[in-house]
Amino acid sequence: MQIFRSHVLICGGTGCTASGSTVLTEEFEKQLKKNNLENEVKIVKTGCFGFCEKGPIVVIYPEGCMYTMVKVEDIREIVEEHLVKGRIVKRLLIEARQEEESRVSIEGVEFFQKQHRVVLKNCGVINPEEINEYIACDGYRALGKVLTEMKPGEVIDIIKRSGLRGRGGGGFPTGLKWEFTARAQGDQKYVCCNADEGDPGAFMDRSILEGDPHAVIEAMAIAGYAIGSNQGYIYVRAEYPIAVRRLNIAIGQAKELGLLGKNIFGTGFDFDLELRLGAGAFVCGEETALMTSIEGKRGEPRPRPPFPANQGLWQKPTLLNNVETYANIPQIILNGPEWFASVGTERSKGTKVFALGGKINNTGLVEIPMGTTLREVIYDIGGGIPGGKNFKAVQMGGPSGGCVPAECIDTPIDYDSLTQLGAMMGSGGMIVMDQDTCMVDIAKFFLEFTVDESCGKCPPCRIGTKRMLEILNKITDGKGTLEDIEKLEVLAKNIKASALCGLGQTAPNPVLSTLRYFKDEYLAHVNDKTCPAGVCKSITRYVIHEDACKSCGICARNCPIGCITGEKKKPYKIDQDKCIKCGTCMEKCPFKAIYKNV
Amino acid sequence: MSEKCCCCATMKDERMDKLDEIINKHRNEKGALIPVLHEAQELFGYLPMEVQKKISEGLNVPLTEIYGVITFYTQFSLQPKGKYKIQVCLGTACYVKGSGQILDKLKEKLGINVGEVTGDGKFSLEACRCVGACGLAPVVMINEDVYGRLTVDDVEDIINKYKDK
Repeated sequence: MQIFRSHVLICGGTGCTASGSTVLTEEFEKQLKKNNLENEVKIVKTGCFGFCEKGPIVVIYPEGCMYTMVKVEDIREIVEEHLVKGRIVKRLLIEARQEEESRVSIEGVEFFQKQHRVVLKNCGVINPEEINEYIACDGYRALGKVLTEMKPGEVIDIIKRSGLRGRGGGGFPTGLKWEFTARAQGDQKYVCCNADEGDPGAFMDRSILEGDPHAVIEAMAIAGYAIGSNQGYIYVRAEYPIAVRRLNIAIGQAKELGLLGKNIFGTGFDFDLELRLGAGAFVCGEETALMTSIEGKRGEPRPRPPFPANQGLWQKPTLLNNVETYANIPQIILNGPEWFASVGTERSKGTKVFALGGKINNTGLVEIPMGTTLREVIYDIGGGIPGGKNFKAVQMGGPSGGCVPAECIDTPIDYDSLTQLGAMMGSGGMIVMDQDTCMVDIAKFFLEFTVDESCGKCPPCRIGTKRMLEILNKITDGKGTLEDIEKLEVLAKNIKASALCGLGQTAPNPVLSTLRYFKDEYLAHVNDKTCPAGVCKSITRYVIHEDACKSCGICARNCPIGCITGEKKKPYKIDQDKCIKCGTCMEKCPFKAIYKNV
Repeated sequence: MSEKCCCCATMKDERMDKLDEIINKHRNEKGALIPVLHEAQELFGYLPMEVQKKISEGLNVPLTEIYGVITFYTQFSLQPKGKYKIQVCLGTACYVKGSGQILDKLKEKLGINVGEVTGDGKFSLEACRCVGACGLAPVVMINEDVYGRLTVDDVEDIINKYKDK
């Protein structure tokens, strides 16, 4: 085997690819060749490092030196300085690290310090398109151990003892689910993986599939052995082309090495895996709808019971877990359930991956032990709110979840605390909102989403969410009444109680949770006909402050519809009837004399 | 749905043979319809009636069921798309960071609404679900290219890049 003195790791996740990491790889190859280093330095295209905000990311080992926001022009300097002369290119390190030469490594970056990487352990470390790199990191050892040393019941027992709960949102104990499916009677059983990550703002499953696809494949084979199934399906969103491609490569390589297919490890156990692509229907993330979709039909949910453990895919007993849940399995097998259960809280064990986004400095992917507080995630890892603005709330759980307000920022993150607050763990999207976000508008945004994605099968969801959206529109247009707010609450509770599937039952949550914590904002829209955050256009007014106006006329020249008039030495005025509320005048005013809602 | 759309005249091409290959490849699979529709749409760009009929015969699935599946999933289209498919991400992270304004600007510049194609067939505009590039919000995808960290002022330059192509 060829030994390289240095490894250049280039992030090939969706975020960094979009920031241009593919071109970086080509340029590195060119520059290495020019300096005759192609036999000394190896380029590895990895999965997501998680630090998408600072992408594209390049990490060079053995130093573990992390370069951020790397551009093509920088590559020559990195190669000539770092790889030829051994001098670190300080200007490309994260700002805080530029002064301290001793702490250049990736571990020294604040963003990574409070994280605990179990699921993401291989993401950003190995080349996901090369099975041998996964094997070198203990890959497929857990499957070997299970097949050669353990009985199916023992596997289930370990998962049960670990305390692992479903990472897709519901938080159902994984071991119990496996046990139910193992016990169910049927000539054929199936193992399915839910990779239909539909919650807007959540991208951890995508990153796992892109960065470490074999972990999921290995776990599904283990599950197959535990419940007595020889066929698995991964249902993945078609919107994730890189993940789909890497999964296909990974399944192909595993089959080639006999780690999938017939007689795995010579034990007589068969397990095959197929990929099924979603086609852009959010409801297919719901378990029964997902199975209907794999069957090739309209992805409509059906009532439960019967539960999938007894009658799932093609009416056969089916085990369905989420990507992140599976990614935990090989490590639980290798390190033991006690190791897993030692991390986290009493009732929520292990770690959870979150996609940090919205109004936060360090957007990206973070993995933290359960029980970490929101404050630690938002301020210590996420670096706080940009522009010195005030933190208002964090939205968790997507269209099924709710908002956690600033006053609850010290809440530990676990399944039960979040449910108590009216939010939910969900799949792990964490969208941070600041003072400029209108909470009524956010509730409307999520409701528009569910109205659009409702499959139409049951009336509470199909009609009810639409009626709720109409009321919200009325409120944001400044035409709402106090009675409307009451109606909204009644409707929300009825839909929750009567909708057929998880999508409908949780659709009112964003409204209920914003009503719970931000009722004052609803009241401002209704009573005062103003939007405190200045988001809802039809009730936002731009006003020129008479004393501050210097009559320079810049606003009038920039107004796209010419509704600002004035003359020298007199304050300018905005014609409110014509104003389209684009905000250009406020942006352009050099004296900050234009305000919203004053 | 007209059966005499522009491309049907030229559809006696090898694409129909390729469609046969796709159908044959999946014929014995369980739940083959959606994989076949995916591949057929990649081949034709959309799913015209002729294609649906052929799939119906090939897989022995009623045409009504095929139509039902196509209209259920947003990724399947009964109409041709523009040469450059513009997708504006309206996921939460992008929305909070102003992708709504970017969509408005695109509508204004292209003179079309969401779901429409420009007269010259060059651009189609769609609002799409989270593409998972939340770190770069707000994000717009044009075919396979991703444009991130956009402001309203960037919109015109980006469209111009494709106009002359």
